Amino acid sequence: MEATLSAMPSRRDYSLLGRDAKRAVETGLAAAEWYHTEVPRKQMKELMQRSDGPAIRDTIIWLCALVLSGAGGAWFWGTWWCVPFFFVYGVLYGSSTDSRWHECGHGTAFRTQWMNDAVYQIACFMIMRNPVTWRWSHTRHHTDTIIVGRDPEIAVMRPPDLLRVVLNFFGIVDAWHAMTDMVRNAAGIISPAEKTFIPEQEQPKAIRIARIWTAIYAATIALALYSGSFLPLMLVGLPRLYGAWHHVMTGLLQHGGLAENVIDHRLNSRTVHMNPISRFIYWNMNYHVEHHMFPMVPYHALPRLHELIKHDLPAPTPSIVAGYREMVPAFLRQLRNEDYFLKRELPPTAKPYRDEFHNDNAAVATAAE
Amino acid sequence: MSDWVEACGADDIDEEDVMRFDHDGRTFAIYRSPDDEYFATDGLCTHEKVHLADGLVMDDIIECPKHNGRFNYKTGAARGAPVCVNLRTYPVKRDAGKILIQIG
Repeated sequence: MEATLSAMPSRRDYSLLGRDAKRAVETGLAAAEWYHTEVPRKQMKELMQRSDGPAIRDTIIWLCALVLSGAGGAWFWGTWWCVPFFFVYGVLYGSSTDSRWHECGHGTAFRTQWMNDAVYQIACFMIMRNPVTWRWSHTRHHTDTIIVGRDPEIAVMRPPDLLRVVLNFFGIVDAWHAMTDMVRNAAGIISPAEKTFIPEQEQPKAIRIARIWTAIYAATIALALYSGSFLPLMLVGLPRLYGAWHHVMTGLLQHGGLAENVIDHRLNSRTVHMNPISRFIYWNMNYHVEHHMFPMVPYHALPRLHELIKHDLPAPTPSIVAGYREMVPAFLRQLRNEDYFLKRELPPTAKPYRDEFHNDNAAVATAAE
Repeated sequence: MSDWVEACGADDIDEEDVMRFDHDGRTFAIYRSPDDEYFATDGLCTHEKVHLADGLVMDDIIECPKHNGRFNYKTGAARGAPVCVNLRTYPVKRDAGKILIQIG
């Protein structure tokens, strides 16, 4: 990995209605044609093939573990024995739903579409992401990945708000925004930013879902008050806080500290080798360059895709810890210089970055000084 | 009425697959269904103008490779977000081992 500086220092405007959003459209960064590693059609077809088996297996394991850990937590409620159960339940509720929401939103987890839709709705509720709003925001994320002013899902904007990052390990900022957005949507209000990526005919669906969720949370709070116990909230809602840490830990690695405003996923996304438990929770989204390059490939085929195209990609980050060892110093340096980022180095077997994708000659010269 | 245009050989497309065909500055997608029928649509997704020929054919569905939007390639009907606008379809016929489409 080589550290570099961008050639054009500027204050960023991440608003979807702001100066940089307009500039991205004018300069052709928006809805651009992105770099793809060449993969023969026959092999890509094999990788894209859908099947229900892996996701059914994983969903049964997930739901059984969720029910057992939740039941254990409830059974031992009031004693310290409930802690390990809620630790597991929280991660399954507040973190593994991030990847379930994501994969089922792409429609790639299961071959059978109603299964994708069912798990998508359940996971969206748990992770507190309106299934309509986030389907469309994620579409934009794939069109304009880490393009300032266009991508609504940039987790860490520059200069980094590290307090927000730390608080989100406990879901605090995200859940607050999710709740306020839900109440606003339930009141029938779609924000101007949401209107930039949710088609008009879809907006009533977002409002309807928000009203259903508001009713569920109101009922949960009412039950907690009636019973005089936090237990209902420990099972519904609060796990999004106390179980969020794993999805934030893995999610920050996706793009954290890497380039903005480029149209080559090798520059703005990170593939990280992870332990099997994290990969189960994360549904293989640690292969993030591969996922962005070929979003049609189901999660269970991403390791095979990685083997096929790794000659053309930056070397994967060897572990979660290694990812944080490079990302955290980059965040700290961005506090002093928000134009700093980590440039991914390509192996000799890879096609080089194209100047039209990322002309950093001047930046390298600056960094060398 | 427009002429029929030769798009490809019948065996150029695998069953349950799709192939790109460019003609006169336009791009089309030619499909071979699992039951060995042929169909044709506009070649670009109505959502963000991505070539559907890079996508995945499943039964009577073509899925866009960029955002996984779905169309029924037999009717052109949009079948799943983020696509909202139907695809235009074209008549297709098989003649002496060739696939011809009628471009309007």
